[in-house]
Amino acid sequence: MTNSWTDIKNADVVWIMGGNAAEAHPCGFKWVTEAKAERGAKLMVVDPRFNRSAAMADHYAPIRAGSDIAFLSGVVNYLLSNDKIHKEYVRNYTNAAFVVQEGYGFDEGLFTGYNESKRTYDRSTWDYEFSADGFAVRDMTLEHPRCVYQLMKKHFERYTPELVERVSGTPKDKFLKVAEWVASTANGERAMTIMYALGWTQHSHGAQNIRTAAMIQLLCGNIGIPGGGVNALRGHSNVQGITDVGTLTAAIPGYLALPAESEPTLESHLGKRTFKPLLPNQTSYWQNYRKFYVSFLKSYFGAKATPENEFGYQWMPKLDTPYDALRMFDVMHQGKTTGLLCQGFNPLMSIAYSGKTVAALSKLKFLVSMDPIETDTARFWENHGEYNNVDTAKIQTEVFMLPVTTFAEEDGSFTNSSRCIQWKWQAADAYFEARKDIEILSDLFTRIRKLYEKDGGKGKDPLLAVDWSYKDPMHPSADELLKELNGKALVDLKDADGKVVRAAGQQLASFGEMRDDGSTDGSMWIYTGVYGPTGNLAQRRENTDPSGLGVFPTWGFAWPANRRIQYNRASADPQGKPWSDKKKYMYWDGQRWTGPDVPDYVPTIPPERATGPFIMNQEGVSRLWVRGLMADGPFPAHYESFESPLAANPIFPKIRGNPVARVFNNDMEIFGSAKDFPIVATTYRLVEHFHYWTKSVHANAVIQPEFFVEISEELAKEKGIKPGQLVRVWSNRGQVKGKAVVTKRMIPLKVDGKIVHQVGLPLNFGFIGETKKASPINSLTPPVGDANSQTPEFKSFLVNIEPVPGPVA
Amino acid sequence: MFQPIANPTTKPVAPKFGDKDLIRRSASNITPAAQRQPEVAKLIDVSKCIGCKACQVACLEWNNLVEEVGINVGVYDNPHDLTPNTWTLMRYSEYQNPESGNLEWLIRKDGCMHCEDPGCLKACPAPGAIVQYSNGIVDFVHDNCIGCGYCVKGCPFNIPRISKVDNKAYKCSLCVDRVAVGQGPACQKACPTQAIVFGTKDEMKKWADFRIKDLKSRGFKNAGLYDPPGVSGTHVMYVLQHADKPQIYANLANNPSISPVVEIWKGVTKYAGLAAMGAFVAIGFLHHIIAGPNRVSAEDEKNAEKLTEGKA
Repeated sequence: MTNSWTDIKNADVVWIMGGNAAEAHPCGFKWVTEAKAERGAKLMVVDPRFNRSAAMADHYAPIRAGSDIAFLSGVVNYLLSNDKIHKEYVRNYTNAAFVVQEGYGFDEGLFTGYNESKRTYDRSTWDYEFSADGFAVRDMTLEHPRCVYQLMKKHFERYTPELVERVSGTPKDKFLKVAEWVASTANGERAMTIMYALGWTQHSHGAQNIRTAAMIQLLCGNIGIPGGGVNALRGHSNVQGITDVGTLTAAIPGYLALPAESEPTLESHLGKRTFKPLLPNQTSYWQNYRKFYVSFLKSYFGAKATPENEFGYQWMPKLDTPYDALRMFDVMHQGKTTGLLCQGFNPLMSIAYSGKTVAALSKLKFLVSMDPIETDTARFWENHGEYNNVDTAKIQTEVFMLPVTTFAEEDGSFTNSSRCIQWKWQAADAYFEARKDIEILSDLFTRIRKLYEKDGGKGKDPLLAVDWSYKDPMHPSADELLKELNGKALVDLKDADGKVVRAAGQQLASFGEMRDDGSTDGSMWIYTGVYGPTGNLAQRRENTDPSGLGVFPTWGFAWPANRRIQYNRASADPQGKPWSDKKKYMYWDGQRWTGPDVPDYVPTIPPERATGPFIMNQEGVSRLWVRGLMADGPFPAHYESFESPLAANPIFPKIRGNPVARVFNNDMEIFGSAKDFPIVATTYRLVEHFHYWTKSVHANAVIQPEFFVEISEELAKEKGIKPGQLVRVWSNRGQVKGKAVVTKRMIPLKVDGKIVHQVGLPLNFGFIGETKKASPINSLTPPVGDANSQTPEFKSFLVNIEPVPGPVA
Repeated sequence: MFQPIANPTTKPVAPKFGDKDLIRRSASNITPAAQRQPEVAKLIDVSKCIGCKACQVACLEWNNLVEEVGINVGVYDNPHDLTPNTWTLMRYSEYQNPESGNLEWLIRKDGCMHCEDPGCLKACPAPGAIVQYSNGIVDFVHDNCIGCGYCVKGCPFNIPRISKVDNKAYKCSLCVDRVAVGQGPACQKACPTQAIVFGTKDEMKKWADFRIKDLKSRGFKNAGLYDPPGVSGTHVMYVLQHADKPQIYANLANNPSISPVVEIWKGVTKYAGLAAMGAFVAIGFLHHIIAGPNRVSAEDEKNAEKLTEGKA
């Protein structure tokens, strides 16, 4: 989230799209109901289904799954063509005025630089025009034909309300109402928040979905202000934390990059990341990358990391290609993987195309499941009839189940969607022989290291170099680990005058204290401050909110630097005055930036210096145009899902799906066509369950006991399906059976001249647990990922449906 | 935000009300306490309910109830009806609003309404099986329940269910045990959106006014409070977007009242019966005065002997 859960109460318009907050985030949704009840905020929901959030909405607009970019681009066009944008914000705080170099073009759905055989772009033409002094050229009148603003107007003009209706199936009047409500906030007086989740990410163009939303918010001036923001709703209590600590495939903790094969030395890695400002007087905060990286290496390798050995850079793995979950299972499917350690992971349920997942798991020598509950994955070898129809005798994979404690049985911290790190204390003792994850991993690590010490082996150096100096190496405590993430001074840190600002051994108060000479450590710079010299701030539970704006500055610790709203300098105009009294948040008081939050800015830089509010960017402003930072284009463009009910892309007939989305060669044949599979399917979670866990909890099984399929009354009639009847749903990859929930909440849409039916498939069911047995929903889904994040396309694919003869329940 | 009820202390708290605060006891005559406890109420704002069923689970957990895992029959409602273990249930209705043309998904939390004039209690023939506290809570006392099912017939909302295990009647107690120590009911505590709030009935009515104003500003011109006068009001109330059409909310009673059979049985007939009995006593006494006491004649004795010997 750019903002926080509690900030949503400051919104005047709440737009939920690509998510279903009432269903998947009921406790956070409370702040939507607060905004409505206390501020009179309007809630609008755009979704293929009239869902639980829609039940609370003032306006609902249906959409064809997978066509979000067409819809969102329609809103961009509405704002631009009706000049309903926050002009001063756009001019000063976005790159609208930047001039793009000659040579860039967009034609028939392709940007310049496309290489068809490699399915990649050469992104060199997607950059600014630079002047002789090395700075980007701007035209503050926004009239230059190649300035981003003018390029945008041209790029988006095709997305008329009529086109949106034709592509997305959203009736024109319902679309226009959304656009008008969005426009009502483009003035610095009112704010709109956008709340999204996996309904936007899980597409072959997922990252561009979110980017288009960000562009809308920037055009309206809704970033950096209370009640605004683009807010990602995270699906697990600690999924924000797990992303932060670098379980992303190409990252190390704190969103720093894992070394690549093309970066053989530390300098070659850091050299690519100098991030010089592209305008005068800009902060370009990533210039400090080097300090964070060296502190990370010091934290990892301790005293063994020295300037002479590049702080242990050579012990870091060098990435040849990102090993995301889809790739991991593809490699496993090729028989190249010996063992899999599944820690709190149920891939048979959660990875696309579970038929392939079972086959891949069957090729392992061993599988370890570390989990508090028995997962379907740990039982993948067991025949459960039609729900998991495997030949057990043919599977040689040895499976180990290591029971671990649940969250309530150990100390630790959660980082929520608001980026707020909150400590939790052990509330109960573990059952039976369950152990903490940390203890199992420490035990494994210690034993494996001993084996390497004794017997040697390939790649032993990194293992022996890792600094494991915990009080009890077999039981590192959560307290020690959070301290380590925060970092400390390794020698007395002195300022320019030689005064000691941080004594050796002291915890660092902020990442601003990190140094690149090896005198500090800290394995995750963004968390620095959470466990500073004053102690563990994640434990703070002061429930006071002096400003009344939902800041709660002394509750836990929000990274970075305990900041609750990011980019908050943008809540004031270029002179430092709030855009309006209603949105007063961070402003210049003549001496410094002040307000209820921690400024996202150097607090003493005066407005005259014209330092931009987006300090992480080299430009100092936000990017409507992303240069070469995204794989699939500097602007978004509508592409069909890989399985689409339309034979061609109605907007760019020559390019059907995302031209740079990755498709594994051996998987090309597994896509189905609309001829055999005319119905669009989308998957989602139910509020009654938490992912694949609570199907093992009795009370949750009681309130939602069985897998079902949501279909419209029209489709039910067409197929002869009665409410409550068992139906078979199948794709080109597999099939599932479930009870038909025939509902007015699903409606057929008219798309490009034909009627398109959609069905809804909740994903929480499986063959292990207390709920009725069901096949994994991912037996149906295609293993194609987003071009940037490789997130699988779970939200839009093709199926067919038929009733299963027999008595109706 | 409605000011949440503070978390309880970990120390024992003396109950704020008990048997001395009863105003009604089934099939019994009691003398109510001179002073009524402040009337409490649970307000269920249907317009804020997301149907998450947290209240259902909280009810199961707090009251130690175990419900069976059922099946899906084509709807979101699970279980499919109230049971001896399911004291509260979300009921989902899809309503196509003819005026706005919009679809509305109306989600109502069903359960005991805690009527001010409780039909169940009036119908109950078992002394002390159903009681009403002066704060309005209607509670079943299972030790006294005889499982006759009259409460089911007497309830205008079709709430009590008879257990096949112990043959006793069950329904929501409004968490009388929690309320007695200053807490709100478990369902209210679990509700994430303040669709359920709890307090004195006066506070709840005031809060409902605030909510109704908001709904009216959004075009629900018939938004209103459901506090039906036919049962002298209830201690569980609803805020409805369409208070003029309660039946669209999964058949919520339009104008509930206690069944005339119960009213006749327990109301008019009771007094008529008492009057008749009194009259018989009076007539008998008069007869005694006028005609003298009945005497057993020789012929009567003879007939009685024949009867006992089986010769009649």
